[in-house]
Amino acid sequence: MTAVQIIFIVVAAVTLGAAIMVVTTRKLLHAAIWLILTLFGVAIFYVLLNAGFLAVAQVVIYIGAIAILMIFAIMLTRQLAIDIGPQVNRGWPWALLISLLLFGSLIWLFSNWSGVSTELPTLSSRVDPLRELGVSLVSPNAYVIPFELVSVLLLAALIGSIIVAWPRKENED
Amino acid sequence: MADPLTGIANWLENLLLGWGLAEGFVTFLLAVLGVLILVVFLLVIDIILVWVERKVVARFQDRLGPNRLGPFGLIQPVADIIKLMIKEDITPIGADKLLYNLAPPFAMAAVLLIWAVIPLSSSVLGADINVGVLYIVAVGSIGTLAIILAGWASNNKYSLLGAFRTVAQMISYEVPMVIVLLVPVLLANSMGISDIVNSQGVWNIFIIPLGAIILLITAIAEIGRTPFDLLEAESEIVAGFHIEYTGMKFGLFYAAELLHALTVGALFATLFLGGWRGPYADQFPILGVFYLFLKAFIIYYVIMWIKYTLPRIRIDHMLNFNWKILTPVALTLLIVTAVTDKLIEGVSPVLYVAIMLIINVVIAWVIVTILRNYTKSERKRVGEERPVAQPPMETPISGLD
Amino acid sequence: MIPLSWYLIFAAALFCIGLYGVLARKNAIAILMGIELMLNAVNINLVAFWRYRAPDMIAGQAWAVMVFAVAAAEVAVGLALFISIYRTRKTIAADEINLMKW
Repeated sequence: MTAVQIIFIVVAAVTLGAAIMVVTTRKLLHAAIWLILTLFGVAIFYVLLNAGFLAVAQVVIYIGAIAILMIFAIMLTRQLAIDIGPQVNRGWPWALLISLLLFGSLIWLFSNWSGVSTELPTLSSRVDPLRELGVSLVSPNAYVIPFELVSVLLLAALIGSIIVAWPRKENED
Repeated sequence: MADPLTGIANWLENLLLGWGLAEGFVTFLLAVLGVLILVVFLLVIDIILVWVERKVVARFQDRLGPNRLGPFGLIQPVADIIKLMIKEDITPIGADKLLYNLAPPFAMAAVLLIWAVIPLSSSVLGADINVGVLYIVAVGSIGTLAIILAGWASNNKYSLLGAFRTVAQMISYEVPMVIVLLVPVLLANSMGISDIVNSQGVWNIFIIPLGAIILLITAIAEIGRTPFDLLEAESEIVAGFHIEYTGMKFGLFYAAELLHALTVGALFATLFLGGWRGPYADQFPILGVFYLFLKAFIIYYVIMWIKYTLPRIRIDHMLNFNWKILTPVALTLLIVTAVTDKLIEGVSPVLYVAIMLIINVVIAWVIVTILRNYTKSERKRVGEERPVAQPPMETPISGLD
Repeated sequence: MIPLSWYLIFAAALFCIGLYGVLARKNAIAILMGIELMLNAVNINLVAFWRYRAPDMIAGQAWAVMVFAVAAAEVAVGLALFISIYRTRKTIAADEINLMKW
């Protein structure tokens, strides 16, 4: 067992454990905290996969913005300060069954594919993935069009969410 | 000339390898040792910062400051710490114990993690990652998380309100800060902080002074100091998100805030003042550390100066200022810097610096003119004649004369 | 050392946990958390395939960046909708918001 394998197994166990806590815990705010731990674990995996920019972007976007937004939304949409009643709906055994079936079929699919046990290829040190990524996002024969479309999407989401959440003016009387 | 820090590290590595430990384990052990030394060094400086803060505020307010304990009051921080440690540790009823106890270490960790990517000298750097600037933004958002956890877990309405306002301010001011942080990245062609320091033949503050000013303003808002400190001042919602914290937990928040101010100073020094660069810093790396901390303390002094001179800004003014003034200015600065940098490529360095300086001054002058006209129109609008309340008519009281 | 299969199994497990969260939870924000878990699992898959099978083509990382942006946009609009729903219905439990017009 090399050190990298031990790190992988520990981080994977912590991340999957936190993910299970996200979907099973009763208190919603604790679920948000476990979600932050899961996102952090995923960021560590990006580092293991030599995608350093994605790791830092994950922390900035998911933990620094999305998780905080979720915590705000949880605090703004609760009538009582405590969670009462069961937090799962009536069909939860079916949900569990579907998830396990899907997991089983994915594992079966992987075992039938020969490329699943590829070992880690060495990255050529001439090429800097960060620079490549930056160039590919703005170069006309790479991915500039998806980049621009995604920025328009973000603009639409920004304006749309402000308008949707704008408090309605009650009728003046 | 042998660099003492690298020499000690090499000697220790050979010693441990000589004891027969595996190579990977030795690297890991040395890394842990480096982290411990850096953290202890920073926390000791944090204690000195408490003394510096109190002396400087006293001098600004024309008084002496602590001078009873030890010469010049140097033992005062030790007394402060002992006082905080022996205070009763109260946890409010109904507080979420895990989150309540987790928030102060998170706040301190968010500050200490920033020091991992600041190059202390030409050979001393915690982690030489090529996305250093983005890493600093990422770690800053962990501090925001700590505040909202503290506000929620205290089971106190006012603490929660204070936490909401704090987080709203911090995430709003992150936007111009990220944009302005991109300008040195643009000039150095790399996001790695050691690359940015190495590319500063001329300090960045002479090339983009407007960017430096915007970074200073947004960083002061991020750390929650006056004029942006309505989040934690005692007269505003009773001290904000750390109302319910006592003893050493509050001490951690307080120490984290002071250290954050020094970290902002070090960051500013690294990105705009050339970091560890200075005369003879290449041959004697230990001088690099000295220069960096000298520059960081100068910026810390400027931050304190601003703190003890300016009044507090109201929250709606603060958010207005951010979204209507700082963000457009930061965006304009980024675009103009990018375009200018491309247009005057290959020009001699002196001319380059002069042109960029002139452009910055032009942008600043335009902004000041716009603001001045806006203020004039606001004053005219507000200064209109409005009905003034009249005192009640004088009625003679019968019977008295 | 670490074959590709480990990353794929991890991503599959995370995806299935997220799927359970989406299908079984009542609170709408908890469902959104499940969706976030699924999107993260997909991202890990993309980056693992990029690293192991085609590290010269940058398409894997570029696609993962797009998924980041789409997830952020979706969470923002979703939470705005939840806040708006909460204002009128005073609840965001998914099985209580089942009539189109009340």
